Order: sequence, then C-alpha cells, then structure tokens
Amino acid sequence: MDFLRPASWEEALAAKAEHPTAVPIAGGTDVMVEINFDHRRPEYLMDLNRIADLTEWEVGADSVRLGASVPYTGIMEHLSTDLPGLALASHTVASPQIRNRGGVGGNLGTASPAGDAHPALLAAGAEVEAESVRGRRLIPIDAFYTGVKRNALEPDELIRAVHVKRAGGPQQFSKVGTRNAMVIAVCAFGLALHPGTRTVRTGIGSAAPTPIRATAAEEFLNAALEEGGFWDNGKIITPSAVKRFADLCAAACDPIDDVRGTAAYRRHAVGVMARRTLTWTWESYRGARRTTEGAA
Amino acid sequence: MTATGAPTGLTQGSRTKGGIGESTLRPDGVLKVTGEFAYASDMWHEDMLWGQILRSTVAHAEIVSVDTGEALATPGVYAVMTYDDLPTDVRHYGLEIRDTPVLAHGKVRHHGEPVAIVAADHPETARRAAAKIKVEYRELPLVTDEASATAPDAVLVHEHRTDRHAPHVPHPNIVHRQPIVRGDAGAAAGRADVIVTGDYHFGMQDQAFLGPESGLAVPGEDGGVDLYVATQWLHSDLRQIAPVLGLPEDKVRMTLSGVGGAFGGREDLSMQIHACLLALRTGKPVKIVYNRFESFFGHVHRHPARLHYEHGATRDGRLTHVKCRIVLDGGAYASASPAVVGNAASLSVGPYVCEDVDIEALALYSNNPPCGAMRGFGAVQACFAYEAQMDKVAKELGLDPVEFRRINAMEQGTPMPTGQPVDSPAPVAELLRRVKAMPMPPERQWESSRGADVRQLPGGLSNTTHGEGVVRGVGYAVGIKNVGFSEGFDDYSTARVRLEVAGGRPLVTVHTAMAEVGQGGVTVHAQIARTELGVAEVVIRPADTRVGSAGSTSASRQTYVTGGAVKHACELVRERVLETGRRKLGSHHPAWATAELLLEGGKVVTDGGEVLADLADVLEDEAVEAEEEWRHRPTEPFDPRTGQGNGHVQYSFAAHRAVVEVDTELGLVKVIELACAQDVGKALNPLSVVGQIQGGTVQGLGIAVMEEIVVDPVTAKVGNPSFTDYLLPTILDTPALPVDVLELADDHAPYGLRGVGEAPTLSSTPAVLAAVRDATGLALDRTPVRPEHLTGTASQDPPGGARNVTSSAPPGASAKSRSARGT
Repeated sequence: MDFLRPASWEEALAAKAEHPTAVPIAGGTDVMVEINFDHRRPEYLMDLNRIADLTEWEVGADSVRLGASVPYTGIMEHLSTDLPGLALASHTVASPQIRNRGGVGGNLGTASPAGDAHPALLAAGAEVEAESVRGRRLIPIDAFYTGVKRNALEPDELIRAVHVKRAGGPQQFSKVGTRNAMVIAVCAFGLALHPGTRTVRTGIGSAAPTPIRATAAEEFLNAALEEGGFWDNGKIITPSAVKRFADLCAAACDPIDDVRGTAAYRRHAVGVMARRTLTWTWESYRGARRTTEGAA
Repeated sequence: MTATGAPTGLTQGSRTKGGIGESTLRPDGVLKVTGEFAYASDMWHEDMLWGQILRSTVAHAEIVSVDTGEALATPGVYAVMTYDDLPTDVRHYGLEIRDTPVLAHGKVRHHGEPVAIVAADHPETARRAAAKIKVEYRELPLVTDEASATAPDAVLVHEHRTDRHAPHVPHPNIVHRQPIVRGDAGAAAGRADVIVTGDYHFGMQDQAFLGPESGLAVPGEDGGVDLYVATQWLHSDLRQIAPVLGLPEDKVRMTLSGVGGAFGGREDLSMQIHACLLALRTGKPVKIVYNRFESFFGHVHRHPARLHYEHGATRDGRLTHVKCRIVLDGGAYASASPAVVGNAASLSVGPYVCEDVDIEALALYSNNPPCGAMRGFGAVQACFAYEAQMDKVAKELGLDPVEFRRINAMEQGTPMPTGQPVDSPAPVAELLRRVKAMPMPPERQWESSRGADVRQLPGGLSNTTHGEGVVRGVGYAVGIKNVGFSEGFDDYSTARVRLEVAGGRPLVTVHTAMAEVGQGGVTVHAQIARTELGVAEVVIRPADTRVGSAGSTSASRQTYVTGGAVKHACELVRERVLETGRRKLGSHHPAWATAELLLEGGKVVTDGGEVLADLADVLEDEAVEAEEEWRHRPTEPFDPRTGQGNGHVQYSFAAHRAVVEVDTELGLVKVIELACAQDVGKALNPLSVVGQIQGGTVQGLGIAVMEEIVVDPVTAKVGNPSFTDYLLPTILDTPALPVDVLELADDHAPYGLRGVGEAPTLSSTPAVLAAVRDATGLALDRTPVRPEHLTGTASQDPPGGARNVTSSAPPGASAKSRSARGT
C-alpha cells in the first residue's frame, strides 16, 4: 500500500487523477476501521490532512460552505445556528474522540445509508462540491447517493466541501439506536422547515439502500400547509395531517431486517420520528412567529 | 467478628492501618486509568514472532483438505501447523471434558473454530499467510436448538463420547442433565389457588472484556517454555497445556500478565497452546494477540437458555410448588456446561421457600458458539425467569410483588431444592425491604426551564423524544448465587507468606497463583497480611506457577478461598514468629508465656496492648515462611436422579430495584436508577465491594436491554462480532447505582465474608425487565428486550437468531400461557 501525502489541493487532484483507485483519508474514522478489519486494502491511501482549507468553513448569504474535513465537533460548536439540523446530527456521531476527527466529507465519501449527516443534509438542502483536474462541479445532495455505499463521484474526483443551505426556519434531527450514546443508527430522520420557500424537506437514514427524502410526504405536507394557510396563520397543524405526513414518511422507507433491527421497526420508528420532529419544528416556528409579532 | 445476624457498620477497621475493613486503594488503579498499566497485549520480546490462527468460516463441516503450501512459502513465515503437526497423542483439551481439539481434526463444529496456526515475523504477514491456507469444507447438517439436537435422525456433534456424563444423558447431544425432585410437586399443585406458567428465552451474552486474549510464549533452553498470559486460572491452563506439548508440568512455566477483564471468559484456554506450539516449533518467542473480531470467537459465552416454569400459590400468597425445565445451549464443546447445569438446576427456584419442586436442567451440544463460564454461571438465566414468574404470580394474586416475595423469602435454615439447608444468614426479605425503602428518583427529571434535557430521556442525545411517549416503571428482583466451586469439587487455594526484616523494617511477602483480573485480590491480600501480621509493608508477588494452585478467579471465590489461604498462611507465620520470640526472649517477660499475643505495628504485643518486643529483635536475620493449601468445607455431588445433596458451600444474596423510563412509542429504554442491597458477610474492602456490586449491576443491565451475540439460526454463524453491533452499556446508559451493603457474618468463612462478585449480576436483569413490563404492560419473556419487542414490530421470520423471539406480542397484549383457577 502506497501512502500519498499531497501538500496542496492541486497536488491531491493530480494524485487522484494519476491513481483513481487511491482512497482519500481525512479523519480516518471509516477508512481505518475497514483497513484494520481487512475489509479493504487500497493500493493507494491519500492523506488529506496537510490540506488546511479542508477544515475551514465560510458562512455565505444563503449557504455555508463547509470544508470536507471540518470535524463534527466544530459543527456542533460553531454552526448550530446556521446548520441546526446538521449540528444535532453531529451530536449523535459516535464518541467525542471520533467527533474530533470525523467530518461530513467522510460521511459523503463512504455514503453508508447509516451515515449520521445524510438526513440532515437532505432536509436542509445541500450541494456537494466535487473537483478533479478536469474541473469543479456541484452535485445536488438528492442526486449524490446512487446505491448502497455508492455515490455520484467520478473516480478522479475528490470532495472538497459541501454547501449547506443556511437555516431559514427550525430544523430537527432524531436517530434511533439501541443505546443512549455511541451507537450506529438503526434509523434516523431529519426535518427542516423552509419558511422562505414555504416548503418542508426531510431526510431518512438507515431505512433504505441509500439515504432518501420522503418526497411524497413532503409534497402532501407542503400542499396541506399551503391550503390551510398555516405558514401565515401559524396554527397548530391538524393531527390528521401530521399523521398522514408521518405515514407517508414511513411508507417512503425500504428497510431490511438485520442484526440492528427489523424492517418493520424501522418503518414504524421513522413514522414516530417524523411526527415528533414535525411537531417540534412547527411549535418552534409558531413560537418564533409569536415572538416576532410580540416584538413588532 | 460480630454476632451472626447483626448488621455492622462498614467503617469498622482492624487495628492495623491498611488492614481489612479499610478502603485501601488498588496498586494498579492509577496505572490503569492513566493508560500506563502493561496488559498482556503490551508484551514484547526481542526477535519475537507473531502467531495467527485460521478459523473456520462455516459452523459444521467435514474438512476435506487443508493446503498450507502457499502460506508456508510466504516470505517472513516461520511455521504453519495443523492437527497433523501436533507433537503428541494428546490433541484435545477442556476444563472438565477434553473434547476440544487444539486444531480441528476431520471436522469443524462451530463458526470460528481454529483450523491452523501460523508464525511470522510481522502480524500482518501472519494474517495474510493464514488467509492463504486453503481449506475445503463439506458442510454437514446443523444442530442449532433442542429440536434439532434430539430429533431421531439428529447428527451427533460428538460421536463416541466417553465422558462421565455420557452414560446418564438421554441423548448424546446433551452434555449433562440434572433433575431435582423434592417433595411432590404434582400433589402440591392440587393445593394451589393459582397456577402460572411461562416460557422464557435468555439471549447469548458475551463477557466483552476490553483486553483481548493475548500472551507471549518464550522457548526455554531446557526444552521447556515460559508462557506469559492473561488468564483466570494458571494451574488449570497448565494441566491442559503440558500434555499437548509433551512436556512435564514443571517445564511449562506460567506467569500471569496484565489482565484486561475476564468475567469467566478466560477460564477456558484460548491462545495458550497455540503460542507454545509455535514457540517450540520455531525456537523463537511467539506472541499472539486477538483483535476484537477474533475475540468474539476466541472465548466461550454465556449460555443462552430456554426456560419453562410453572409456579403455584395459595390465595394467601404462599408458593405451593415450582416445576421448571431449563435448556441451556452449550454450543460445540463442553467447557463448563456440566457445572452450569448443576447451578441452574440447584438455584432454579430462587431464594424462596418451596418444599415441592420438580426441576430439570440440561445443556445441549450444538453447532452454535461454545458457551461456558460467565459471571453468574447458570444462576443468571434462572433468576431472569423465576423472578418474572414471581411477578406474574403476585399479579394473579393481587399482591404487591415485594410483599409476595417477602412472604416466601427463605431465611437461615431454609432447605434448598437439593435438601441442603442454608446454614448462614439469608436476609432475603431484609434486602428487598431495604431497596424498596430507598428514596425514589424524582419524576420527569428531564424537564427544565429551557425545555427538555434530552440527556435525561430515552434516546439521550439522539434526540428522539422530548417527553412524548415516556412512561416510568419500577421493578424488583432478588437472587441467590452459590459461592465457590460446588458438587464435591476439591476447591482449594495455596498461599506462601514470608515475614522478614529488610532494612531494619519488617516486610511481608505474599505469593499466590491467584489471577488478578480486576476483582481486587491483590489489594485484599495485602490487607489480610497487615491485619494478621501487624506489618505495614506488604509485597504481593506476581502470580505464577512457582507456587501451588489458587484455583480459578471465578465463582465469587477468590477472597474467600485464596484470601482464606493467605489468612491461614499468615496465622502459621505468626505462630512461628511467636514461638521464635518465646524461645529467644521468653525469659525477659512473663507475658510471653501467659498472655494472648498479637503482632501489631511491627511489634509483639499482649492483648492488653503491652509491647514485648520489636519484630526486628525477634527475627533478626531469620525469615519465617509458610506455604499452605487451604480448603473451604467440602461439598457433595448432587444425586443424579433426585438432585439431592449438600452441593454448595455458601450462598450470596442481592436485591435490586430498577426505575426505568420507556419511550413506549419507539421502544427505547432509559434506566434511571438501579438500586442494590447485598449482604457481603464482611466487607474486607468496602470500596472494592461497592465497585463489584455496581459493575455486576451494569453487566446485568446490559443483558436486559442490549447485549446479545446474534447467531443466525440457519447458518449458526455469529452475526455481530464487533463493538459496533454487540452493544455494551456506555456511561450514558449507566444510571445512578445506590448501594446498601449488609454485613451479616457467615461464621464458616474467613472473617465471615461472603463472595460478592456475581450476585448483583443476577437480580439486576429481572429488575430492569420487571420495570419495563411495569411501564409498558407487555409480557416480555425474552432478554435482552429490544425496541422491536416493545413496539410490536419484531419480525416473524428475521435473520440472526431473532427467530426465537417470543415476545412479539403487540402492545396491550396480556401475559401469555397463564391459567388461573378460582379459589
């Protein structure tokens, strides 16, 4: 196994072009486990830790450009206002030690359906900044996950950053595991309200071959909210609509039975999380409206 | 020592500083928490090779061929060995029954069985070379449960059995079967106002010690071998290793290296023989360290069990009879299965009075992973079931579960189902009273002015609830565990104690072969020596085979038995010192002849406190040494048909109250508090005692809500050999653990002490399950209970052993298999 240590992003792109089988490693929290267990033995390992700007982020007008190697700890500490859903998801990643090392770039590169960042990225809306010597492109997060542990990257591409929409409304993230910390997701759910566009977006983890959005549920809810004038009147969403939304989220799942849980449980739990996170975010939205009105 | 039955305070110490009753600190404590302690996996030797084991990829198969050519040709590889390369005709080992091949011969009987071993100059080279060994298997039908084990056409896991249990078992796929019949359960059932039955399933728990199996074998110039290894019982290892190597036992010199936890999982051999074989073959030191994955295959687990119970009671709350049948899955090799069967049978009724019992316990041979010793040893599985039953009966009678237990609680003198009376305090009712009397943790602790504190809620930081669906439940359980080895086993320990004057100061050296696996024996031995010899400075020698056997660090026995041996050797040393003093100095003071003499503060003193001499003046340059074997009272085998007999030497009791909060919609459990009351006879080191109780309690919590090795029922392969999927409780899963320690002396035991380590592991699990039942109203007849069991989403035909799930009743379903009769 050859160990490549590019000193700059350009060197990294060149090395990746020359050795498309090279496996990038940043925090190493996925890659090293696979190597230690002999699940993979890459010809080339490319250490990205010398490239400083991968651990930087930039808060823009509409979105946050989050370097691929920004550790989860950094997201929790610095970005909980702009990226509340992702910050909540970051809290649930493994242990403090792992959160100090791991970042969203690794989650995206591995593209495991159980990656904790995915539901939050899907719900918030994001684009993956991929680059190769041939150029740079932004891949919409909806098109990024292409199969079990497969993504839309070309062999010569590296993930440089992810552009996540700044929160314009409340966001929530829930994850079910069979213990109260340091647990891989049995299933997970992210939800973001986008009052600017009057839409709701979702993300589901570990309940289908890839991370997915519950698009039928979103469409139903968007229509229901619009129809009832809820965005303006700030009323409590009718329980039947919440239930219908939760049922559609559960129906969006395509889960399996495995040692971590049954398919039936995953479907059930996604429905519960959908109902709860919608209730929490909507309560928060209503509360924010009241505060705004009170101040006016 | 206090009068039997009278509780004593925990502060009472001996007259010598650092003696028994004080919470002296562990000598290895700081090293362990700062990461400086040398564990077995840290060992290194110049020129050493690394050993690697090739394990079977299938559970049951004939080995058609093994081709080691390519592995041997790998640069850096020094040796590859298979069954055919073993040096003598002794090619099997085992704790009691030598049924386990050192390397597979002709067939493999479980997933992960060792087939070949490799030594190379780098661990990665060894690992890759092992992967190049080509093994051709022809798969055989599997034995995976009682039905497939005892079917008329069942394939035999072991043909041609010659062990001592073979003649009396009903089927060759049953390792051992122990019935216990006392009174007339059938007739007694006629007196019952209510009869409650239940079927229970206990999952396969792993010891999951953090320090994986490891050791270093160094070939000696005399043709022997020095083995440094993390184990639980050096001399038992030695007895099994030496004949396979073709060496006399004195040429296999064993030294204990740093042990990172054991819990029963190091009672059987793992890499010991393999490392020695490779070292003797190559003439070089060989180190073997399992990784986490291999560790799951490298040691036996706790027996999973199926338990059927029938309890009867009269309307006034007295048990009429208990019938039960306990089927333990021992897996492919016997390990400790026979003794686990004896425990499960004899302790199957729990700490209750019941004169009419009909009990059967047995262990299967199967193609599942081998199971053997683990903390609680057969008593854990039974306690889970009988405590569930006690709650069911209480409910049927409309009685409070604690009150129902109190009515039936055994006490000193109560006969066990084996007919053996419990001949020391049995404060069962008092322990229950104490846990019940503890203040309850406040309700809804998650509520704060700033919203829900998710860390206090089921799911924790996973943020699954802000209080929705959360229901509190409370449950109680109590258990009984035997202490020490039972059924006529010659359970002894050996201690060598030396007293001398070094640099003008008296110094005690204690040498035993006791394996310190975290239980704190090294601390306690020093305390005993200080108490008995009145000397502050005590050196504990490393455990090795240059001294006689200490027996196993298991069965809650080491403080009792090796502690007893150290005490006894100290007493001999003291007598000899006093003899020497009388001889040398007796003429100086009449008290030498007339008074009761003690050793205190490095001096000989009278019981009135008058100093007669310094030890330095008594001993001068003489060292006084004693090495003695010490035994607890003998026990008897159980009668093979009736199970009667004085099989156990001591019992220990603990009770728990569990308070849980369950997210009833998501099936997530947060244990809020697990309070324990335990009688320890005498707390030699109160801090260690509380640590043991808290550790055992958390291990019981683990099997209640998360810990399980999942074995695929179709392939008999292990589905979750990693800490990603074999979940252990983290600190965020660990609740407040208040502990109330009683000290009711057992007059038969050294200092009145009672073995501590296992009892809390028993009652913790059923208390948590009872609390979850209380919160959810579900029957819950299996452990661990998983979210799908609490939400009615357990799969009907899932993979990975969940086939056995019987608690898939939807929320609101009533207890199953219950039949009640009117008065």
